[in-house]
Amino acid sequence: MLNMNDILETITMIQEENLDIRTITMGISLLDCADSDAEKACDKIHKKIYSKAKDLVKTGDSIEKKYGIPIVNKRISVTPVSMLMAASGGDPLKYALTLDRAAKDVGVNFIGGYSALVHKGFSSGDLELIRSIPEALSETEFVCSSVNVGSTKSGINMDAVKLMGKVIKDTSLLTKDRQCIGAAKLVVFCNAPEDNPFMAGAFHGPGEPDCIINVGVSGPGVVRAALSKMNANEDLNAVSDTIKKTAFRITRMGQLVGTEASSALGVPFGIIDLSLAPTPAIGDSVAHILEEIGLEKCGGWGTTAALAMLNDAVKKGGVMASGNVGGLSGAFIPVTEDAGMISAARSGALSLEKLEAMTAVCSVGLDMIIIPGDTPEEVISAMIADEAAIGMVNSKTTAVRVILAIGSREGDELDFGGLLGKGPVMKVNRYSPAKMISRGGRIPAPMQSLKN
Amino acid sequence: MKAVITVIGKDMVGILAKVSGTCAERNANVLEVNQSVLQEYFAMVMLIDISALTCSLEQLKTDLDKNVEGMTIHVMHEDIFNSMHRI
Repeated sequence: MLNMNDILETITMIQEENLDIRTITMGISLLDCADSDAEKACDKIHKKIYSKAKDLVKTGDSIEKKYGIPIVNKRISVTPVSMLMAASGGDPLKYALTLDRAAKDVGVNFIGGYSALVHKGFSSGDLELIRSIPEALSETEFVCSSVNVGSTKSGINMDAVKLMGKVIKDTSLLTKDRQCIGAAKLVVFCNAPEDNPFMAGAFHGPGEPDCIINVGVSGPGVVRAALSKMNANEDLNAVSDTIKKTAFRITRMGQLVGTEASSALGVPFGIIDLSLAPTPAIGDSVAHILEEIGLEKCGGWGTTAALAMLNDAVKKGGVMASGNVGGLSGAFIPVTEDAGMISAARSGALSLEKLEAMTAVCSVGLDMIIIPGDTPEEVISAMIADEAAIGMVNSKTTAVRVILAIGSREGDELDFGGLLGKGPVMKVNRYSPAKMISRGGRIPAPMQSLKN
Repeated sequence: MKAVITVIGKDMVGILAKVSGTCAERNANVLEVNQSVLQEYFAMVMLIDISALTCSLEQLKTDLDKNVEGMTIHVMHEDIFNSMHRI
């Protein structure tokens, strides 16, 4: 028999503590849409996406009603478009516009995969695609883009790193009338996962099946609420245990929703991404969990240790709750999407350097950070290189998603609205890395890559 | 197949009658009711069998919202509770 307390606990989690399924993402392979004629390829792409995903939003909504659990986003990830570009050549922008139209037609709120994987070097189509990113992101509404510039196995492609500094700047410039929002839809990765359901970095890797459902769960508010009910003198073992138990419950719900969606759509179930993804809503913040653990303000000393424990406990709890765990699976720390991070950045408690340290122990990287509009390209490139190095050496995913606030200076604010949030322009160390960045070439793969 | 109805709100006459009446109209069998009134607040958890329900769960929720005004009502499939609280 169901226990009354369990029922009320679940309802409180959903009603008061912002528990939700953050995203159901359908991964669709576009490899069979490749054509030497770009027009034909685009037709095939639209047809395939429409036929696979036409019921995605409807199915998500009906599961939401059946279980009474909000499913916030329905999204699509596709094969990196640079692979289709390799077959057709020509103007990559056509592909971006096709993806945008397909996303609109099926009603999803983002489509990811305007991407290139160049961690060892550029192949046919990659450079054209990367160079077209600023224009593609400024002319589309739903398209998200990502570029993988490094991996533990292959090292870091510093030519790509150099190029991405300019791409991020140009993307911000082209969308300067819209709060520079283009750059919020562009992620530069090291060790990019092929099955990540979270935007803006989602793409459908070449090793994935034809079509698949991946689910991203979320619940920073639930974790925080569970910790707030603890006694202040309980030790960190107990804190970690509480986080584990909470993560288990959250993930079980994700597993249920994923299984249900996959059977309703007739598409295999891929993975659950166990991430704690914050939103700007009050009570849905990862920073506030760290503060609940016992920090005065996120960003002070102790933040990295608290985050490391949180990240690990979330995985330990979640992994038992699901048959297949994948994607990024860890705590996210996107500054503008997290009420606690925004407040810490405003007050000066949280610096870019501290965020860099935090990225070494949690998933993703320097995420949703607003930097001054006049930051030199090579400084952005060097920021990407540093993050990629952390990912490469620690065999983990790292990424950079920074937004240049064109025409703004340190202390000003940008407001993107919705889930992307808002935040202050943060201070950037301006000592020049220009000479190193201009060298180009490749940082060789580290010893960690030699595991065979 | 079972579902859980929870009703929370200010206490008044006839809440249980209206909820169970709506269930009967849609052929949902009431299996268990647990209710309490704390100060002036009414809280009820009702377990119903929905194997022979004559409408969708969504429709039942819409009916309840219409028939029992002013209360917060959730209708959720039991699987969500089973999966979250049991291994």
